[in-house]
Amino acid sequence: MKGLYVAAALAALATGAAAEVKVGMITTLSGGGAGLGIDVRDGFLLALEQSGRDDIEVIVEDDAQAPDTAVQLADRMIQSDRVQVLTGIVWSNLAMAVVPSAVNQGIFYLSPNAGPSQLAGANCHENYFNVAWQNDNLHEAAGAWANQTGYANSFILAPNYPAGQDALTGYKRFYEGELAGEIYTELGQTDYAAEIAQIRASGADSVFFFLPGGMGISFLKQYADSGVDIPVIGPAFSFDQGILQAVGDAALGVVNTSQWSKDIDNPTNAAFVESFQAEYGRLPSLYASQGFDTANLLISALEVADPSEDPDAFRAALEAADFDSTRGDFEFGPNHHPIQDIYAREVVQEGDVFTNRIIGVALEDRGDAYAEECAM
Amino acid sequence: MSERWVTLAALAALLALPLWALAADEPFTITLATRAAILALAATGLNIALGTGGLVSLGHAAFFGIGGYAMGILASHAQTFAPLSLGPWEVPGTQSMPVIWLVAIAASALAALAIGALSLRTAGVYFIMITLAFGQMFFYFATSWRAYGGEDGLSIWVRNGFPGLNTLVPIQFFGLCFAVLLLAMLLHGRLIRAPFGLALDAARQAPARVLAVGLSPYRLQLAAFVLSGAITGLAGALYADLNRFVSPAMLSWQMSGELIVLVILGGVGRLAGPLIGAGLFVALEHWLGGATEYWHAWLGAILLAIVLFARGGIVGLLTGQGDRRG
Amino acid sequence: MSLILILEQVLNGLQAGVMLFLMAAGLTLIFGVMGLINLAHGSLYMVGAFAAAGVAAATGSFLLALVAALVAAAAAGVVVETVVMRRLYARDHLDQVLATFALILIFSELTRWAFGSFPLYLNPPDWLSGPVTLPGGIRYPVYRLALIGIGLAVGLGLWALTRRTRLGIRIRAGENDREMIAALGVDIGRLYTLVFALGAALAGLAGALVGAIQSVQVGMGEPVLILAFVVIVIGGIGSIRGAFVGALLVGLTDTLGGIFLPELFKLVTDPATATQAGASLSSMSIYILMSLVLIWRPTGLFGAKA
Repeated sequence: MKGLYVAAALAALATGAAAEVKVGMITTLSGGGAGLGIDVRDGFLLALEQSGRDDIEVIVEDDAQAPDTAVQLADRMIQSDRVQVLTGIVWSNLAMAVVPSAVNQGIFYLSPNAGPSQLAGANCHENYFNVAWQNDNLHEAAGAWANQTGYANSFILAPNYPAGQDALTGYKRFYEGELAGEIYTELGQTDYAAEIAQIRASGADSVFFFLPGGMGISFLKQYADSGVDIPVIGPAFSFDQGILQAVGDAALGVVNTSQWSKDIDNPTNAAFVESFQAEYGRLPSLYASQGFDTANLLISALEVADPSEDPDAFRAALEAADFDSTRGDFEFGPNHHPIQDIYAREVVQEGDVFTNRIIGVALEDRGDAYAEECAM
Repeated sequence: MSERWVTLAALAALLALPLWALAADEPFTITLATRAAILALAATGLNIALGTGGLVSLGHAAFFGIGGYAMGILASHAQTFAPLSLGPWEVPGTQSMPVIWLVAIAASALAALAIGALSLRTAGVYFIMITLAFGQMFFYFATSWRAYGGEDGLSIWVRNGFPGLNTLVPIQFFGLCFAVLLLAMLLHGRLIRAPFGLALDAARQAPARVLAVGLSPYRLQLAAFVLSGAITGLAGALYADLNRFVSPAMLSWQMSGELIVLVILGGVGRLAGPLIGAGLFVALEHWLGGATEYWHAWLGAILLAIVLFARGGIVGLLTGQGDRRG
Repeated sequence: MSLILILEQVLNGLQAGVMLFLMAAGLTLIFGVMGLINLAHGSLYMVGAFAAAGVAAATGSFLLALVAALVAAAAAGVVVETVVMRRLYARDHLDQVLATFALILIFSELTRWAFGSFPLYLNPPDWLSGPVTLPGGIRYPVYRLALIGIGLAVGLGLWALTRRTRLGIRIRAGENDREMIAALGVDIGRLYTLVFALGAALAGLAGALVGAIQSVQVGMGEPVLILAFVVIVIGGIGSIRGAFVGALLVGLTDTLGGIFLPELFKLVTDPATATQAGASLSSMSIYILMSLVLIWRPTGLFGAKA
């Protein structure tokens, strides 16, 4: 694919300033999962534009959510475009396909979304930085929040694939009560009538679910329509800004866990929400905030060193994480994954728009469960 | 132009492109050419069943994926030094391509034997659909097979080795894939003219007459299906090595559809059909993908135009002979 | 597991089955009359759902949305039939598979271009939302009951159409002997367009009805398409009765397999492994069902002998 070249500051480029740092962004811009990649891209480019730096060239490509396409794009960006930094991948399976071989070739990878456990533990790498979360984090927070709320008998469900299995493991790592039931659904399943009937019959006092994308929309709509009134809790993926409008009333009042929310009270976040809305005409999602933070982390490290000239200094600057995050406090653990607060949010309606509001902190300064296995 | 010249020209073009890229220091072009060569190999396998045998299989991704997983499983065990346990035996993993290839061919041939033996009881649309069903079974199995990554797939740090070559050098790996493709095309060419190929062709056009001369169309077609599956399986192992990665996406029904697209694009039953189809597909993907975010729509329009107005695919256009199906 | 829960799950399987039937009926009709494999049938399902979501958002009326789904899908069907399909009737299945595969790509990208990449909102109307209590104490969503009712009514209507009307006689005649009915003065081109539009409208209706309780997004048609193909192959291609039986079989197998297989595995292994193994096997269950049926009867349950 020839490439959609997006310059950070086109005007500056036109005046003749040469691009010095090349960044490759591989993300999902077509197909059913395109909404997530578009948000990551838009958040990332917004931060670059605001920084006013004219020496960063970003090459954005669509992976169509296919692992082999992502691998070919990475090969091309490394071999032909000679990028020094890669970023953008939304899905864990694509990250697992691209990241290990890229970082082994000396490329830096900054993850704006996926955080598979292997890359946090046994297969961690000094050139791999995760700016979002380790995959288990939001599920762990849901478990912790269930304890704080006093739930003692949860029914838990997730799709039958690695991220789904990790989700249920993550919830159970913190949740202390009993399990009323545990179900693996089919990946891509669209009808949950059978599962909802089981939930109703199980006598549970709470339901935890991890069903990203369209699966979550279907589940929430059908759950609301079934008349079952057991409280639901889930990670933010089924409640982000892009999805909520499609779920509508059915999501109102549902508690979800997230490391970011548009009402986190700090100046960076307020400015981010406002400028994102002004630029793109919609509210930002957590994916957009992650893209924005990833770009700002990158810029903060580029202020210190050039990755091709002094990779060690560049790496040290990334580790320092000296940038203003939309999440407020932000630092990296020993395995280059964030240590951060994770909030419980509630879905509310503001005018015509469905969005989230923070109701408490589920986990404070949470790192991840795999850091010990990482020998870096 | 005669078909022989079209075949030779296509092969020469595929060989010249990476050599030019080597001189011009464009390593990614070599990777693209390698991808085209491997997809052409997979489609050559399918072409034996589809073109020569007349068996429209919408489940060839199963063999492609089995080959890929043969590579992934063996190499991942070699990578972690954990032996692979097969009931009472323990086998060490390996990163040697020849061994992986043998395993990939054997495993996919075995799968093709089982699937073919059951599917060939049906015909026509039912055959298309039952092969699709078997493909989906393998897909769902791999998706939930946690030991080997499930949906996430398996990642290999370095490409597997071949005696005497450094496969990490793009042009050397390309040479290897090109040689395998050449062998497969030679095999297919010989097959078409051999008694077996002629009998198979007859079984497609007039099964009753084949039966009357004492041959079993069922056995002929089963043999072709197994050979076809084995070649596609070998391509799967190479494809996984190209990406250093294997996942259930290789087993998806879209992959089966893509393989059929390659064959029809180039020309069904033509020796060079899969090669030209794969080359064109990779080029379209590369250029259209860069030109527009909605490139799939254009790809669809081009495919549609070829089906409607260029029967016999590109080879049919070039040779001026229409469709080669009876 | 209580009897009530089992009954409720049977209802769920039934509901999934009748919605599949709406898809499968059109597919099997088109194959039966024109001999055409239409992979783009799932795209017509998507067109119906998007048209419904668009009209519901603009007018707030669910009934208007359903009408829009029928009209939009039928119109798309007429366009596709006259521009593309008409040229493919004489071709073999391979060309049809490729051409309709190309149509899927075109439809998906055009929809994404027109409606964007985010899922759309479509909900059942207020007067059909919430649960009712059935005899025996089952609490069941009204909307799903309505879906079962609509599905059965459409099935009955199709039966009456093919058995009791002049159009139906022509359709059945077209299945048996194309040349003869053309010779008898029936405009075969118009009959084909009509049948295709009817199949498309059914798919669009299914898309809108199901879209209201699922997610309206690009690519929603493909999983349903594969299931609908499984249905018509099990039932025997070309047979409406076969499509009905096949749809119910697939709906029930899919729903009940997901519940009972993990329970079965729990008898022999620990719960965590059992839920995973059961879930894996249940996702394969309908394909296993289909291959068993085909090995037993190579042309499906109600298919014509080859």
